Amino acid sequence: MSTMNQAKVEKYRNDFLKEVTANVEEGEWVKMCMQCGVCAGSCPFGPYWEHPPQEIFMMIRAGKREEVLTSTSMWMCTSCYNCIARCPRELPITHIMHGLAHYADRLGLAPKNQPTRKFANLFWNNLTKKGRANELKLGIALYFMNGFIEGIKTALKMQKMGLNMFKTKRLSPMELLGGHGIKDTGGLHAILKKAREIELANAEKFNG
Amino acid sequence: MADIIATNETILVVGGGISGMTAAIEAAECGKQVILIEKGPSVGGRVSQLYKYFPKLCHPTCGLEINLRRLKGNKNVRLLTMTEVSEVSGEAGNYSVTLKTTPRYVNENCTACGACSEVVDAEFDDAYNYGLGKRKGAYLPNKMAYPQRYVLDPQIIGTPDATKAKEACKYDAIDLEMQEESNTITVGAIIWATGWQPYDANKIQPYGYDRIANVITSVEFERLMDPHGPTGGKLLRPSDGKEAKDIAFIQCAGSRDRNYLKHCSRICCMASLKQTTYVRERYADEGKATVYYIDIRAIDRIDDFYQKVKADENVTFIKSKVARIDEDKASGNPILHGVNTEGYHRYANQHDLVVLAVGMEPSVAQDEFPVKVTINEEGFIEQDEANGAIFAAGCSADALDVNRAVQNATASALRAIQVVNRAAGMEG
Repeated sequence: MSTMNQAKVEKYRNDFLKEVTANVEEGEWVKMCMQCGVCAGSCPFGPYWEHPPQEIFMMIRAGKREEVLTSTSMWMCTSCYNCIARCPRELPITHIMHGLAHYADRLGLAPKNQPTRKFANLFWNNLTKKGRANELKLGIALYFMNGFIEGIKTALKMQKMGLNMFKTKRLSPMELLGGHGIKDTGGLHAILKKAREIELANAEKFNG
Repeated sequence: MADIIATNETILVVGGGISGMTAAIEAAECGKQVILIEKGPSVGGRVSQLYKYFPKLCHPTCGLEINLRRLKGNKNVRLLTMTEVSEVSGEAGNYSVTLKTTPRYVNENCTACGACSEVVDAEFDDAYNYGLGKRKGAYLPNKMAYPQRYVLDPQIIGTPDATKAKEACKYDAIDLEMQEESNTITVGAIIWATGWQPYDANKIQPYGYDRIANVITSVEFERLMDPHGPTGGKLLRPSDGKEAKDIAFIQCAGSRDRNYLKHCSRICCMASLKQTTYVRERYADEGKATVYYIDIRAIDRIDDFYQKVKADENVTFIKSKVARIDEDKASGNPILHGVNTEGYHRYANQHDLVVLAVGMEPSVAQDEFPVKVTINEEGFIEQDEANGAIFAAGCSADALDVNRAVQNATASALRAIQVVNRAAGMEG
């Protein structure tokens, strides 16, 4: 449990909806849901989630904080936008799902081994380093995401494809040494730092 | 038609549906001069296309007939069919209105014997049956049409069919030389009662109305039940003509949805509840109905009706907005996909036939009004001083059932009477 999580529990004690409204990106839309269920029925991954979006919205309103924030459900969203297209009240459901996932992650409540979460972190760290995705490093990191032995197995399985990509100049082994990036990496990092400051300041404002 | 007598003490009623007829009759029975115009060849409007209507579940042949009799018996009303408003100018108490009358090609001599229809070969989609059947190029708009006169479809004019029809008529009632007419009249007040149209179900993409034969609309379902309808009153489904006994009703098809119509159309819950009773009436214990809903909006005395339907074992209510419909290719059965929000149960339910309870939208598009009136974001006419003496009646004013449309029409008749009384007073 992070200290930030403790602070939020204290502040919003019995009003999880209010907490979501104030802290989750697009969270103010949750109260607009009329529980028609069209999002749950439209989701191509619907049968595999523990809680489809409309159920998550109801759980938020019912104050089931722990169950929502530790859930793997919102990490299952593939951003297909079917739910947004069909929602009769135009709720930005996809964005709310990502907002909830991000908030749970910030609080340290997100399920540790959820693969989407792991991948998101790997991708973000890879991308922000140089401003360009380093596919070789990202690929290798993904192979070893689930442990060393698993990584070796996957690497051997993908060996042929890697060689072919190398032959057709789609992959350069030189990328392992630093790799290519944008011209002004320092500028990018400054932008990201500023964005993080704004986000924290906003969160602070809600914390009042 | 040259002899339309109208003054600034005359009330013009635009639209001959249940609201327009009511407004016209009420004003006329108060001794006012009324001109009632109707775009189609017969009065009666959408109500005449219903099998039964709320709240008493009467057939239009009864409920509408009373109004027709009042209309026929009143000398103060002048009815002009196939007539539209093309221009309006002036102000309250003194409007100049240009009326455009399209030719019917049949004059007052017509006895509705039907001889012309028998000899004509050309057939067209029957708009009265929402295109579910065909009608001849010479036709009676519907069984209880008023005026009881045949019409020649303009598409047969100039073809051998037109000549055949003329030759078949023993009463010299067919006049192929009839031309479009335009008349400008003066009136004191205008009652706008152009009514509604069903929302275009093709726009609701996930429900497949445009590609699945056995998905129909609630208005089409009414026509299937009607003994005078395209199937002679049998619930035959479009794909294979088999009797449909297990029928699903989807509520809010187009209504309460920011992608389609924002407003609640009010009539659809009652219409579907009513239609579940049709299924039971037709098949007794074999008939099954399932209603998919967000919430049932049954108001005042209609709630009794809801409770009665709910108590029926063969009617199931599933709280869910259906996500999408696809088709079982072998049987032609539509399959409904969604989640029942009471317990979050995912379903894929097959039914014989799906009825979309489509919403109500104003039949005149916002930018097509021939006169400036205040229109709200749903397209209905708002009551506003800026409208002068133009008063909306029935479904031009809001999404209303027959009961409320008639009340609304009576109110607008009263408003119009006040204006023409004032006009009369000024002339002393």
